[in-house]
Amino acid sequence: MSTVKKGRKGVVVRLEPEEAALVRALMEQLVTLLGDAPDGDDELASIGIADKAEKPDDPVLARLFPDAYRDDGDAAGEFRRYTELGLRDGKREAAGTVLGALADATSSGVDTVLDKEQAQAWLRALNDVRLALGTRLDISEEWYEEAQDLDPRDPRTAMFAAYDWLTMLQESLVQAVW
Amino acid sequence: MSAAVSEVVMGTAPAPVELERPDVHEDLGADRPWLAIVWNDPINLMSYVTYVFQAVFGYPKAKAEKLMMDVHHKGRAVVANGTREEMERDVEILHSYGLWATVKRDD
Repeated sequence: MSTVKKGRKGVVVRLEPEEAALVRALMEQLVTLLGDAPDGDDELASIGIADKAEKPDDPVLARLFPDAYRDDGDAAGEFRRYTELGLRDGKREAAGTVLGALADATSSGVDTVLDKEQAQAWLRALNDVRLALGTRLDISEEWYEEAQDLDPRDPRTAMFAAYDWLTMLQESLVQAVW
Repeated sequence: MSAAVSEVVMGTAPAPVELERPDVHEDLGADRPWLAIVWNDPINLMSYVTYVFQAVFGYPKAKAEKLMMDVHHKGRAVVANGTREEMERDVEILHSYGLWATVKRDD
């Protein structure tokens, strides 16, 4: 069972080997998903501006990078053009921070101390993974009841269990960082 | 938003150590006609949303919690106001935390 505690040197996170493996697999999937930066002129892209930017078709990416204007497609597109490359970088970096800590996993799991910045990165990356899983599962406010009614052989059962566990991990991390 | 199975204990956590910037959004005058709005979603945790409001805007915990509850119960809340550029910057930061935020002219 994972534990997250506030320690003298930072937030102490302990994960069992299978928990560390789950977080690693999900972070790697997130990085893969974030991998395809929008097409853009190289010079502009190097300073974080995309040549053009449209709302992603993938519902997970659309949730991670929502339209910043609800009723103004042009303004939403401009905002996306100027922010999405940088936001993708930030999300990749946060996931990378988690993956870096998990790289030190041993046969007994992970035992790591996070400074304030690393704990923030963990919070954001875990949340991104929850957003991704939750969007794929089409999570609603009543998801817990829904998950309990599922056939145990339904592949979504494992995804709901992972989502539930990530939610608890993130909740304890929020409390430890506060 | 959802509360975690390990229920959020309201009002017992200490104030955040890091106040990233002063609270400059109290003035609702005509020179600050743009709004940053956060929308309810079933994934972001109530505690996390409160934490983000404190970390991003430097709001005291009580104000951050009130805004979070507004998002939860009313479906959305205005979390900041200012110039268009300021609000776009705030929304970009909120997106970096995974919150569903939009910019709107105050009308």
